[in-house]
Amino acid sequence: MGMTLVEKILAKAAGVEKVSPGEIIIAKVDIAMSHDTTTPLAIKPFFEIAERVFNENKVVIFFDHVVPPANIRSAILHKKIRDFIEKAGIKNVHMEGVCHQVLAEKYVKPGDIVIGADSHTCTHGALGAFATGVGSTDIATVYALGKIWLRVPETYRMNILGKLKRGVYAKDVILNIIGYIGADGAVYKSIEFHGDLIKEFSVSSRLTLTNMVIEMSAMNGIIEADEKTLDYIGRKGTIFHSDKDAEYEEVFDFEMNDLEPQVAKPHSVDNVTDISEVEGLEIDQAFIGTCTNGRVEDIRIATQILDGHKVKEGVRLIVTPASNRVYLECLRKGYIEKLLRAGAIVTNPGCGPCLGRHQGVLAPNEVAISTSNRNFMGRMGSPEAKIYLASPATVAASAVEGKIADPRRYL
Amino acid sequence: MRIWRFGDNINTDYITPGRLNLTDDPKELAKIAFKEYRPEFSEKVKKGDIIVAGKNFGCGSSRETAPVALKAAGIRAVIAKSFARIFFRNAINIGLPVIICKEADIIKEDDIVEIDLKKGIINIVNRNVALQCEKLPEFILKIIEAGGLINYIKIHGKLG
Ligand code: SF4
Repeated sequence: MGMTLVEKILAKAAGVEKVSPGEIIIAKVDIAMSHDTTTPLAIKPFFEIAERVFNENKVVIFFDHVVPPANIRSAILHKKIRDFIEKAGIKNVHMEGVCHQVLAEKYVKPGDIVIGADSHTCTHGALGAFATGVGSTDIATVYALGKIWLRVPETYRMNILGKLKRGVYAKDVILNIIGYIGADGAVYKSIEFHGDLIKEFSVSSRLTLTNMVIEMSAMNGIIEADEKTLDYIGRKGTIFHSDKDAEYEEVFDFEMNDLEPQVAKPHSVDNVTDISEVEGLEIDQAFIGTCTNGRVEDIRIATQILDGHKVKEGVRLIVTPASNRVYLECLRKGYIEKLLRAGAIVTNPGCGPCLGRHQGVLAPNEVAISTSNRNFMGRMGSPEAKIYLASPATVAASAVEGKIADPRRYL
Repeated sequence: MRIWRFGDNINTDYITPGRLNLTDDPKELAKIAFKEYRPEFSEKVKKGDIIVAGKNFGCGSSRETAPVALKAAGIRAVIAKSFARIFFRNAINIGLPVIICKEADIIKEDDIVEIDLKKGIINIVNRNVALQCEKLPEFILKIIEAGGLINYIKIHGKLG
Protein backbone atom coordinates (compact mmCIF):
# COMPACT_ATOMS: atom_id res chain seq x y z
CA MET A 1 0.00 0.00 0.00
CA GLY A 2 1.35 3.40 -0.97
CA MET A 3 1.56 6.56 1.07
CA THR A 4 -0.10 9.95 0.86
CA LEU A 5 1.88 13.13 0.47
CA VAL A 6 1.62 13.87 4.18
CA GLU A 7 2.53 10.33 5.24
CA LYS A 8 5.72 10.60 3.16
CA ILE A 9 6.72 13.93 4.69
CA LEU A 10 5.95 12.70 8.22
CA ALA A 11 7.86 9.43 7.70
CA LYS A 12 10.91 11.36 6.58
CA ALA A 13 10.66 13.72 9.56
CA ALA A 14 10.28 10.79 11.96
CA GLY A 15 13.20 8.96 10.34
CA VAL A 16 11.16 5.88 9.49
CA GLU A 17 10.23 4.03 6.28
CA LYS A 18 6.50 4.20 6.70
CA VAL A 19 3.84 5.75 8.91
CA SER A 20 0.14 4.95 9.15
CA PRO A 21 -2.89 6.92 10.38
CA GLY A 22 -3.41 6.80 14.14
CA GLU A 23 0.25 6.18 14.92
CA ILE A 24 2.03 8.62 17.25
CA ILE A 25 5.39 9.77 15.94
CA ILE A 26 8.10 12.13 17.09
CA ALA A 27 8.93 14.38 14.15
CA LYS A 28 11.83 16.75 13.51
CA VAL A 29 10.67 20.30 12.83
CA ASP A 30 12.08 22.48 10.03
CA ILE A 31 10.36 25.76 10.89
CA ALA A 32 8.84 26.77 14.21
CA MET A 33 6.91 29.97 14.69
CA SER A 34 4.93 31.94 17.25
CA HIS A 35 3.58 35.50 17.43
CA ASP A 36 2.77 38.24 19.90
CA THR A 37 -0.37 36.49 21.14
CA THR A 38 0.99 32.97 21.51
CA THR A 39 4.62 33.61 22.49
CA PRO A 40 3.98 34.96 26.02
CA LEU A 41 2.54 31.66 27.31
CA ALA A 42 5.47 29.76 25.78
CA ILE A 43 8.15 31.61 27.74
CA LYS A 44 7.77 29.96 31.14
CA PRO A 45 7.56 26.37 29.85
CA PHE A 46 10.52 27.04 27.53
CA PHE A 47 12.84 28.13 30.31
CA GLU A 48 11.82 25.15 32.42
CA ILE A 49 13.52 22.83 29.93
CA ALA A 50 16.02 24.96 27.97
CA GLU A 51 18.09 28.12 27.88
CA ARG A 52 18.58 28.71 24.15
CA VAL A 53 16.50 27.68 21.13
CA PHE A 54 17.47 24.40 19.45
CA ASN A 55 18.51 26.08 16.19
CA GLU A 56 18.47 29.82 15.61
CA ASN A 57 17.80 29.42 11.88
CA LYS A 58 14.64 27.42 12.40
CA VAL A 59 12.82 29.57 14.92
CA VAL A 60 10.86 32.65 13.82
CA ILE A 61 8.97 35.12 15.99
CA PHE A 62 6.42 37.59 14.68
CA PHE A 63 4.86 40.75 15.99
CA ASP A 64 1.73 40.91 13.87
CA HIS A 65 -1.44 40.48 15.88
CA VAL A 66 -1.46 43.86 17.58
CA VAL A 67 1.29 45.90 15.99
CA PRO A 68 2.36 48.49 16.85
CA PRO A 69 0.98 47.89 20.37
CA ALA A 70 -2.49 49.40 20.70
CA ASN A 71 -2.57 49.77 24.48
CA ILE A 72 -0.47 49.37 27.60
CA ARG A 73 -1.31 45.69 28.06
CA SER A 74 -0.18 44.70 24.59
CA ALA A 75 2.88 46.92 24.91
CA ILE A 76 3.86 45.06 28.10
CA LEU A 77 3.43 41.70 26.35
CA HIS A 78 5.59 42.86 23.44
CA LYS A 79 8.28 43.92 25.85
CA LYS A 80 8.18 40.57 27.56
CA ILE A 81 8.57 38.83 24.19
CA ARG A 82 11.57 41.01 23.32
CA ASP A 83 13.28 39.96 26.56
CA PHE A 84 12.60 36.34 25.66
CA ILE A 85 14.00 36.80 22.14
CA GLU A 86 17.18 38.21 23.62
CA LYS A 87 17.62 35.54 26.30
CA ALA A 88 16.73 32.55 24.13
CA GLY A 89 19.06 33.63 21.32
CA ILE A 90 16.38 34.05 18.64
CA LYS A 91 17.58 35.76 15.44
CA ASN A 92 14.58 35.73 13.11
CA VAL A 93 12.15 38.39 14.31
CA HIS A 94 9.63 40.15 12.06
CA MET A 95 7.23 43.05 12.37
CA GLU A 96 6.47 43.40 8.68
CA GLY A 97 3.20 41.57 8.21
CA VAL A 98 1.04 38.58 9.06
CA CYS A 99 3.15 35.62 10.21
CA HIS A 100 1.81 33.25 7.57
CA GLN A 101 2.43 35.59 4.68
CA VAL A 102 5.99 36.41 5.73
CA LEU A 103 6.76 32.73 6.46
CA ALA A 104 5.54 31.81 2.97
CA GLU A 105 7.63 34.59 1.43
CA LYS A 106 10.84 33.96 3.34
CA TYR A 107 11.07 30.55 4.99
CA VAL A 108 8.87 27.63 4.00
CA LYS A 109 10.03 25.04 1.45
CA PRO A 110 8.21 22.07 -0.08
CA GLY A 111 8.69 18.97 2.10
CA ASP A 112 9.20 20.97 5.32
CA ILE A 113 7.54 20.31 8.65
CA VAL A 114 6.18 23.69 9.73
CA ILE A 115 4.84 24.01 13.27
CA GLY A 116 3.31 27.30 14.27
CA ALA A 117 1.62 28.50 17.41
CA ASP A 118 -1.31 29.75 15.36
CA SER A 119 -4.22 27.76 14.02
CA HIS A 120 -3.84 29.08 10.47
CA THR A 121 -0.35 27.61 10.15
CA CYS A 122 -2.13 25.12 7.86
CA THR A 123 -1.73 27.86 5.20
CA HIS A 124 1.74 26.58 4.26
CA GLY A 125 0.40 23.32 2.95
CA ALA A 126 -0.17 25.24 -0.29
CA LEU A 127 3.60 25.14 -0.75
CA GLY A 128 3.81 21.34 -0.47
CA ALA A 129 4.85 21.39 3.18
CA PHE A 130 3.27 19.66 6.17
CA ALA A 131 2.11 22.57 8.27
CA THR A 132 -0.10 22.61 11.32
CA GLY A 133 -0.97 24.79 14.26
CA VAL A 134 -0.27 24.07 17.91
CA GLY A 135 -0.47 25.90 21.23
CA SER A 136 2.11 27.59 23.39
CA THR A 137 3.43 24.63 25.41
CA ASP A 138 3.93 22.68 22.20
CA ILE A 139 5.83 25.51 20.58
CA ALA A 140 7.92 25.94 23.73
CA THR A 141 9.06 22.31 23.50
CA VAL A 142 9.72 22.64 19.77
CA TYR A 143 11.83 25.74 20.43
CA ALA A 144 13.72 23.78 23.06
CA LEU A 145 14.10 20.39 21.36
CA GLY A 146 13.29 20.84 17.66
CA LYS A 147 10.83 17.96 17.87
CA ILE A 148 7.13 17.39 18.31
CA TRP A 149 4.75 14.49 18.92
CA LEU A 150 2.14 14.07 16.21
CA ARG A 151 -0.65 11.63 15.61
CA VAL A 152 -0.54 10.68 11.92
CA PRO A 153 -3.85 11.86 10.43
CA GLU A 154 -6.25 10.07 8.10
CA THR A 155 -6.47 11.80 4.73
CA TYR A 156 -9.41 13.16 2.74
CA ARG A 157 -8.62 13.61 -0.93
CA MET A 158 -10.51 16.52 -2.48
CA ASN A 159 -10.49 16.83 -6.26
CA ILE A 160 -11.42 20.37 -7.26
CA LEU A 161 -12.66 20.30 -10.82
CA GLY A 162 -14.07 22.54 -13.53
CA LYS A 163 -13.64 26.19 -14.37
CA LEU A 164 -14.67 29.17 -12.28
CA LYS A 165 -17.10 31.72 -13.67
CA ARG A 166 -16.10 35.38 -13.85
CA GLY A 167 -16.23 37.00 -10.40
CA VAL A 168 -15.70 33.69 -8.57
CA TYR A 169 -12.41 32.98 -6.79
CA ALA A 170 -10.50 30.55 -4.56
CA LYS A 171 -12.21 32.12 -1.53
CA ASP A 172 -15.62 31.19 -2.93
CA VAL A 173 -14.37 27.65 -3.58
CA ILE A 174 -13.15 27.09 -0.04
CA LEU A 175 -16.22 28.69 1.55
CA ASN A 176 -18.39 26.40 -0.56
CA ILE A 177 -16.41 23.33 0.52
CA ILE A 178 -16.57 24.30 4.21
CA GLY A 179 -20.32 24.86 3.88
CA TYR A 180 -20.62 21.35 2.51
CA ILE A 181 -18.24 19.55 4.90
CA GLY A 182 -19.23 21.53 8.02
CA ALA A 183 -17.22 23.16 10.81
CA ASP A 184 -16.60 19.76 12.40
CA GLY A 185 -16.61 17.70 9.20
CA ALA A 186 -12.90 17.00 9.02
CA VAL A 187 -11.75 16.84 12.66
CA TYR A 188 -8.10 15.78 12.70
CA LYS A 189 -8.04 14.94 8.97
CA SER A 190 -5.35 15.83 6.51
CA ILE A 191 -6.79 17.26 3.31
CA GLU A 192 -4.96 16.63 0.05
CA PHE A 193 -6.17 18.91 -2.75
CA HIS A 194 -5.97 17.78 -6.37
CA GLY A 195 -7.67 18.59 -9.65
CA ASP A 196 -7.32 20.88 -12.69
CA LEU A 197 -8.53 23.91 -10.83
CA ILE A 198 -5.78 23.56 -8.22
CA LYS A 199 -3.13 23.29 -10.93
CA GLU A 200 -4.53 26.38 -12.58
CA PHE A 201 -4.68 28.41 -9.36
CA SER A 202 -1.92 30.89 -8.60
CA VAL A 203 0.09 30.18 -5.45
CA SER A 204 -1.75 33.08 -3.81
CA SER A 205 -5.10 31.38 -4.49
CA ARG A 206 -3.77 28.06 -3.25
CA LEU A 207 -2.71 29.76 0.00
CA THR A 208 -6.29 31.03 0.41
CA LEU A 209 -7.53 27.46 0.07
CA THR A 210 -5.24 25.75 2.57
CA ASN A 211 -5.50 28.72 4.96
CA MET A 212 -9.10 27.82 5.68
CA VAL A 213 -8.94 24.04 6.14
CA ILE A 214 -8.83 24.60 9.91
CA GLU A 215 -12.37 26.03 9.59
CA MET A 216 -13.55 22.47 8.93
CA SER A 217 -11.29 21.35 11.79
CA ALA A 218 -8.67 19.65 9.61
CA MET A 219 -5.15 19.14 10.91
CA ASN A 220 -3.61 20.38 7.69
CA GLY A 221 -4.27 20.90 4.00
CA ILE A 222 -1.70 20.16 1.33
CA ILE A 223 -1.09 20.76 -2.37
CA GLU A 224 1.73 19.11 -4.33
CA ALA A 225 4.42 21.66 -5.09
CA ASP A 226 5.15 22.48 -8.76
CA GLU A 227 7.05 25.03 -10.83
CA LYS A 228 4.66 27.79 -9.74
CA THR A 229 5.44 27.04 -6.10
CA LEU A 230 9.18 27.27 -6.63
CA ASP A 231 8.77 30.51 -8.59
CA TYR A 232 6.69 32.05 -5.83
CA ILE A 233 9.05 31.20 -2.99
CA GLY A 234 12.27 31.56 -4.96
CA ARG A 235 13.82 28.66 -3.01
CA LYS A 236 14.35 24.96 -3.56
CA GLY A 237 12.77 22.19 -1.56
CA THR A 238 11.92 18.50 -1.65
CA ILE A 239 8.86 17.88 -3.78
CA PHE A 240 6.82 14.86 -2.66
CA HIS A 241 4.00 13.20 -4.59
CA SER A 242 1.36 10.89 -3.22
CA ASP A 243 1.48 7.30 -4.43
CA LYS A 244 -1.10 6.08 -6.92
CA ASP A 245 -2.24 3.45 -4.44
CA ALA A 246 -2.22 5.75 -1.40
CA GLU A 247 -5.05 5.09 1.01
CA TYR A 248 -7.60 7.86 1.52
CA GLU A 249 -10.31 7.73 4.13
CA GLU A 250 -12.63 9.48 1.69
CA VAL A 251 -12.42 10.95 -1.79
CA PHE A 252 -14.53 13.97 -2.75
CA ASP A 253 -15.07 15.40 -6.23
CA PHE A 254 -16.08 19.06 -6.17
CA GLU A 255 -17.31 20.38 -9.48
CA MET A 256 -17.03 24.18 -9.52
CA ASN A 257 -18.41 25.15 -12.98
CA ASP A 258 -21.62 26.65 -11.64
CA LEU A 259 -20.30 28.14 -8.42
CA GLU A 260 -21.68 31.60 -7.55
CA PRO A 261 -19.89 34.08 -5.26
CA GLN A 262 -20.25 32.69 -1.73
CA VAL A 263 -20.83 34.39 1.62
CA ALA A 264 -20.48 32.91 5.12
CA LYS A 265 -23.12 34.37 7.42
CA PRO A 266 -22.78 34.99 11.18
CA HIS A 267 -21.69 33.35 13.46
CA SER A 268 -20.02 30.32 11.92
CA VAL A 269 -17.83 29.78 8.89
CA ASP A 270 -19.88 26.83 7.61
CA ASN A 271 -23.06 28.95 7.44
CA VAL A 272 -22.46 29.51 3.72
CA THR A 273 -24.85 30.73 1.05
CA ASP A 274 -24.91 32.05 -2.53
CA ILE A 275 -24.55 35.81 -2.65
CA SER A 276 -28.12 36.28 -3.93
CA GLU A 277 -29.51 35.37 -0.50
CA VAL A 278 -27.70 38.19 1.35
CA GLU A 279 -27.40 40.83 -1.36
CA GLY A 280 -28.61 44.25 -0.30
CA LEU A 281 -27.88 43.83 3.40
CA GLU A 282 -26.47 47.11 4.76
CA ILE A 283 -22.92 47.16 6.10
CA ASP A 284 -20.86 49.47 8.34
CA GLN A 285 -17.39 48.12 7.68
CA ALA A 286 -15.63 46.32 4.84
CA PHE A 287 -12.24 44.74 5.46
CA ILE A 288 -9.72 43.48 2.92
CA GLY A 289 -6.62 41.79 4.30
CA THR A 290 -5.41 38.87 6.48
CA CYS A 291 -3.50 35.65 5.85
CA THR A 292 -6.51 34.48 3.83
CA ASN A 293 -6.85 37.31 1.34
CA GLY A 294 -4.33 40.09 1.89
CA ARG A 295 -1.98 39.39 -1.00
CA VAL A 296 -1.24 41.35 -4.19
CA GLU A 297 -3.72 39.31 -6.24
CA ASP A 298 -6.48 40.13 -3.72
CA ILE A 299 -5.68 43.83 -3.53
CA ARG A 300 -5.46 43.98 -7.33
CA ILE A 301 -9.00 42.62 -7.72
CA ALA A 302 -10.32 44.99 -5.07
CA THR A 303 -8.60 47.94 -6.76
CA GLN A 304 -10.02 46.97 -10.13
CA ILE A 305 -13.51 47.17 -8.64
CA LEU A 306 -12.99 50.32 -6.57
CA ASP A 307 -11.12 52.30 -9.25
CA GLY A 308 -13.29 55.20 -10.34
CA HIS A 309 -15.82 54.59 -7.54
CA LYS A 310 -16.12 55.93 -4.02
CA VAL A 311 -16.62 53.99 -0.82
CA LYS A 312 -20.23 54.58 0.23
CA GLU A 313 -20.57 57.41 2.74
CA GLY A 314 -20.73 56.14 6.31
CA VAL A 315 -18.92 52.90 5.48
CA ARG A 316 -15.35 52.21 6.60
CA LEU A 317 -13.27 50.31 4.06
CA ILE A 318 -10.09 49.08 5.71
CA VAL A 319 -7.32 47.58 3.59
CA THR A 320 -4.43 45.84 5.36
CA PRO A 321 -1.74 44.43 3.05
CA ALA A 322 -0.57 41.08 4.45
CA SER A 323 3.12 42.02 4.36
CA ASN A 324 5.55 44.79 3.53
CA ARG A 325 6.44 42.96 0.33
CA VAL A 326 2.78 42.97 -0.67
CA TYR A 327 2.42 46.61 0.39
CA LEU A 328 5.44 47.70 -1.67
CA GLU A 329 4.29 45.86 -4.76
CA CYS A 330 0.81 47.37 -4.44
CA LEU A 331 2.39 50.80 -4.08
CA ARG A 332 4.53 50.27 -7.18
CA LYS A 333 1.54 49.11 -9.18
CA GLY A 334 -0.49 52.14 -8.13
CA TYR A 335 -3.16 50.14 -6.27
CA ILE A 336 -2.68 51.90 -2.96
CA GLU A 337 -3.15 55.34 -4.49
CA LYS A 338 -6.35 54.23 -6.21
CA LEU A 339 -7.67 52.70 -3.01
CA LEU A 340 -6.93 55.88 -1.05
CA ARG A 341 -8.64 57.99 -3.71
CA ALA A 342 -11.66 55.73 -3.47
CA GLY A 343 -11.80 56.48 0.25
CA ALA A 344 -10.17 53.41 1.78
CA ILE A 345 -8.20 53.44 5.03
CA VAL A 346 -4.93 51.63 4.39
CA THR A 347 -3.21 50.31 7.53
CA ASN A 348 0.27 48.95 8.19
CA PRO A 349 0.76 45.24 7.39
CA GLY A 350 -0.34 42.86 10.14
CA CYS A 351 -3.49 41.13 11.28
CA GLY A 352 -5.33 44.44 11.50
CA PRO A 353 -8.99 44.29 12.48
CA CYS A 354 -9.17 40.50 11.91
CA LEU A 355 -9.24 39.73 15.61
CA GLY A 356 -10.99 42.78 16.97
CA ARG A 357 -8.25 44.37 18.98
CA HIS A 358 -7.50 47.55 17.02
CA GLN A 359 -7.68 49.29 13.63
CA GLY A 360 -11.40 48.88 13.10
CA VAL A 361 -13.29 47.36 16.01
CA LEU A 362 -17.04 46.80 15.55
CA ALA A 363 -19.71 48.44 17.74
CA PRO A 364 -22.82 46.55 18.89
CA ASN A 365 -25.21 45.87 16.01
CA GLU A 366 -22.71 46.89 13.36
CA VAL A 367 -22.34 44.71 10.29
CA ALA A 368 -19.03 43.93 8.62
CA ILE A 369 -18.07 42.09 5.47
CA SER A 370 -14.54 40.77 5.54
CA THR A 371 -12.05 38.74 3.50
CA SER A 372 -10.82 37.05 6.67
CA ASN A 373 -11.41 33.46 7.71
CA ARG A 374 -13.54 33.66 10.86
CA ASN A 375 -16.91 35.23 11.62
CA PHE A 376 -17.29 33.94 15.18
CA MET A 377 -19.37 36.02 17.56
CA GLY A 378 -17.21 38.85 18.93
CA ARG A 379 -14.29 38.09 16.63
CA MET A 380 -13.98 41.66 15.29
CA GLY A 381 -15.34 43.57 18.28
CA SER A 382 -18.72 43.61 19.97
CA PRO A 383 -20.38 40.20 20.38
CA GLU A 384 -23.53 41.89 19.12
CA ALA A 385 -21.90 42.77 15.79
CA LYS A 386 -22.34 40.58 12.71
CA ILE A 387 -19.56 39.41 10.39
CA TYR A 388 -19.99 38.13 6.83
CA LEU A 389 -17.07 36.50 5.01
CA ALA A 390 -16.49 36.77 1.28
CA SER A 391 -13.90 37.21 -1.48
CA PRO A 392 -11.97 40.48 -1.95
CA ALA A 393 -14.12 41.21 -5.03
CA THR A 394 -17.37 40.84 -3.10
CA VAL A 395 -16.03 42.94 -0.20
CA ALA A 396 -14.88 45.71 -2.56
CA ALA A 397 -18.21 45.80 -4.39
CA SER A 398 -20.02 45.90 -1.03
CA ALA A 399 -17.87 48.85 0.10
CA VAL A 400 -18.97 50.80 -2.99
CA GLU A 401 -22.67 50.12 -2.47
CA GLY A 402 -22.75 50.16 1.33
CA LYS A 403 -24.59 46.87 1.08
CA ILE A 404 -23.54 43.31 0.38
CA ALA A 405 -23.14 43.38 -3.40
CA ASP A 406 -22.45 40.99 -6.27
CA PRO A 407 -19.01 41.87 -7.67
CA ARG A 408 -19.92 40.77 -11.20
CA ARG A 409 -21.60 44.10 -11.85
CA TYR A 410 -18.15 45.71 -11.64
CA LEU A 411 -16.07 43.29 -13.67
CA MET B 1 -18.96 20.08 42.17
CA ARG B 2 -21.17 20.50 39.18
CA ILE B 3 -21.39 19.71 35.51
CA TRP B 4 -21.39 22.54 33.00
CA ARG B 5 -23.14 21.51 29.79
CA PHE B 6 -22.21 23.04 26.44
CA GLY B 7 -23.33 22.32 22.87
CA ASP B 8 -21.41 21.67 19.64
CA ASN B 9 -18.57 23.71 18.12
CA ILE B 10 -17.65 25.73 21.22
CA ASN B 11 -14.74 27.79 19.89
CA THR B 12 -11.78 29.24 21.73
CA ASP B 13 -13.06 32.77 21.07
CA TYR B 14 -15.99 31.86 23.33
CA ILE B 15 -13.72 30.33 25.97
CA THR B 16 -11.22 33.22 26.11
CA PRO B 17 -12.45 36.10 23.92
CA GLY B 18 -9.68 37.55 21.73
CA ARG B 19 -10.16 41.09 22.93
CA LEU B 20 -9.87 40.19 26.62
CA ASN B 21 -7.15 37.66 26.07
CA LEU B 22 -4.32 40.09 26.78
CA THR B 23 -2.63 38.40 29.70
CA ASP B 24 -0.67 35.28 30.51
CA ASP B 25 -1.74 35.17 34.15
CA PRO B 26 -3.88 32.05 34.72
CA LYS B 27 -5.87 33.73 37.51
CA GLU B 28 -6.77 36.65 35.23
CA LEU B 29 -7.61 34.21 32.44
CA ALA B 30 -9.94 32.28 34.74
CA LYS B 31 -11.91 35.50 35.19
CA ILE B 32 -12.54 35.89 31.45
CA ALA B 33 -13.54 32.26 30.78
CA PHE B 34 -16.80 32.23 28.79
CA LYS B 35 -17.27 35.85 29.90
CA GLU B 36 -19.50 36.77 26.96
CA TYR B 37 -20.81 33.40 25.87
CA ARG B 38 -21.93 32.24 29.34
CA PRO B 39 -21.30 35.07 31.85
CA GLU B 40 -22.36 33.08 34.93
CA PHE B 41 -19.58 30.56 34.29
CA SER B 42 -16.68 32.62 35.60
CA GLU B 43 -18.75 33.77 38.59
CA LYS B 44 -20.03 30.39 39.70
CA VAL B 45 -17.44 27.85 38.56
CA LYS B 46 -15.89 25.89 41.46
CA LYS B 47 -12.85 23.71 41.87
CA GLY B 48 -13.60 20.19 40.72
CA ASP B 49 -16.34 21.13 38.23
CA ILE B 50 -16.50 19.30 34.91
CA ILE B 51 -17.40 20.54 31.44
CA VAL B 52 -19.48 18.25 29.24
CA ALA B 53 -19.87 19.31 25.62
CA GLY B 54 -20.93 18.13 22.17
CA LYS B 55 -18.88 17.87 19.03
CA ASN B 56 -15.67 19.75 18.18
CA PHE B 57 -15.07 21.41 21.56
CA GLY B 58 -12.34 24.07 21.43
CA CYS B 59 -12.39 24.74 17.71
CA GLY B 60 -11.02 27.94 16.19
CA SER B 61 -7.91 29.75 17.27
CA SER B 62 -4.92 27.90 18.74
CA ARG B 63 -4.84 30.02 21.87
CA GLU B 64 -3.63 27.98 24.80
CA THR B 65 -5.23 30.54 27.09
CA ALA B 66 -8.46 28.57 26.56
CA PRO B 67 -7.48 25.37 28.44
CA VAL B 68 -5.30 27.38 30.83
CA ALA B 69 -8.32 29.52 31.77
CA LEU B 70 -10.51 26.45 32.31
CA LYS B 71 -7.88 24.70 34.40
CA ALA B 72 -7.25 27.84 36.47
CA ALA B 73 -11.00 28.22 36.98
CA GLY B 74 -10.92 24.83 38.68
CA ILE B 75 -12.23 22.60 35.89
CA ARG B 76 -11.20 19.00 36.65
CA ALA B 77 -11.80 17.56 33.19
CA VAL B 78 -13.52 18.26 29.88
CA ILE B 79 -15.70 15.53 28.40
CA ALA B 80 -16.90 15.99 24.81
CA LYS B 81 -18.20 13.97 21.87
CA SER B 82 -15.16 15.19 19.96
CA PHE B 83 -12.47 17.84 20.35
CA ALA B 84 -10.80 20.23 17.98
CA ARG B 85 -7.27 18.95 17.55
CA ILE B 86 -5.29 21.93 18.84
CA PHE B 87 -7.41 22.38 21.96
CA PHE B 88 -7.05 18.65 22.64
CA ARG B 89 -3.25 18.85 22.40
CA ASN B 90 -3.07 22.04 24.44
CA ALA B 91 -5.19 20.57 27.22
CA ILE B 92 -3.04 17.43 27.39
CA ASN B 93 0.13 19.50 27.28
CA ILE B 94 -0.92 21.51 30.34
CA GLY B 95 -2.26 18.44 32.16
CA LEU B 96 -5.99 19.14 31.84
CA PRO B 97 -7.70 15.77 31.26
CA VAL B 98 -9.81 15.61 28.09
CA ILE B 99 -12.07 12.64 27.43
CA ILE B 100 -13.74 11.77 24.15
CA CYS B 101 -17.11 10.19 24.88
CA LYS B 102 -19.63 9.63 22.11
CA GLU B 103 -22.38 9.26 24.73
CA ALA B 104 -21.59 12.53 26.52
CA ASP B 105 -25.22 13.64 26.03
CA ILE B 106 -26.32 11.13 28.68
CA ILE B 107 -24.59 13.18 31.39
CA LYS B 108 -26.91 15.74 33.04
CA GLU B 109 -26.07 18.97 34.85
CA ASP B 110 -26.88 17.54 38.30
CA ASP B 111 -25.07 14.22 37.85
CA ILE B 112 -22.06 13.22 39.91
CA VAL B 113 -19.35 11.59 37.80
CA GLU B 114 -16.11 9.78 38.38
CA ILE B 115 -13.58 9.39 35.60
CA ASP B 116 -11.19 6.49 35.08
CA LEU B 117 -8.80 7.83 32.46
CA LYS B 118 -6.75 4.65 32.17
CA LYS B 119 -9.73 2.44 31.46
CA GLY B 120 -11.53 5.15 29.53
CA ILE B 121 -14.68 4.91 31.64
CA ILE B 122 -16.98 7.57 33.08
CA ASN B 123 -19.15 6.47 35.99
CA ILE B 124 -22.33 8.42 36.66
CA VAL B 125 -22.35 7.57 40.33
CA ASN B 126 -25.84 8.75 41.27
CA ARG B 127 -27.48 6.70 38.52
CA ASN B 128 -25.10 3.78 38.45
CA VAL B 129 -24.39 4.22 34.73
CA ALA B 130 -20.99 3.56 33.15
CA LEU B 131 -20.07 5.18 29.85
CA GLN B 132 -17.33 3.72 27.67
CA CYS B 133 -15.07 6.42 26.22
CA GLU B 134 -12.16 6.44 23.82
CA LYS B 135 -9.04 5.16 25.54
CA LEU B 136 -6.16 7.59 25.25
CA PRO B 137 -2.88 6.26 23.82
CA GLU B 138 -0.28 5.24 26.40
CA PHE B 139 2.03 8.13 25.44
CA ILE B 140 -0.70 10.71 26.01
CA LEU B 141 -1.76 9.17 29.34
CA LYS B 142 1.84 9.47 30.48
CA ILE B 143 1.86 13.17 29.63
CA ILE B 144 -1.35 13.77 31.59
CA GLU B 145 -0.05 11.67 34.50
CA ALA B 146 3.15 13.74 34.57
CA GLY B 147 0.98 16.86 34.83
CA GLY B 148 1.73 18.07 31.31
CA LEU B 149 4.34 17.98 28.57
CA ILE B 150 6.97 20.08 30.32
CA ASN B 151 6.92 17.86 33.40
CA TYR B 152 6.99 14.81 31.14
CA ILE B 153 10.17 16.08 29.49
CA LYS B 154 11.69 16.92 32.87
CA ILE B 155 10.96 13.41 34.14
CA HIS B 156 12.05 11.52 31.02
CA GLY B 157 14.81 13.89 29.95
CA LYS B 158 13.53 13.87 26.36
CA LEU B 159 10.42 13.76 24.20
CA GLY B 160 10.97 10.34 22.68
S1 SF4 C 1 -4.70 37.65 9.89
FE1 SF4 C 1 -6.30 36.95 11.28
S2 SF4 C 1 -6.45 34.77 10.94
FE2 SF4 C 1 -4.52 35.43 10.01
S3 SF4 C 1 -2.97 35.11 11.62
FE3 SF4 C 1 -3.72 37.20 11.83
S4 SF4 C 1 -5.39 37.10 13.34
FE4 SF4 C 1 -5.00 35.02 12.61
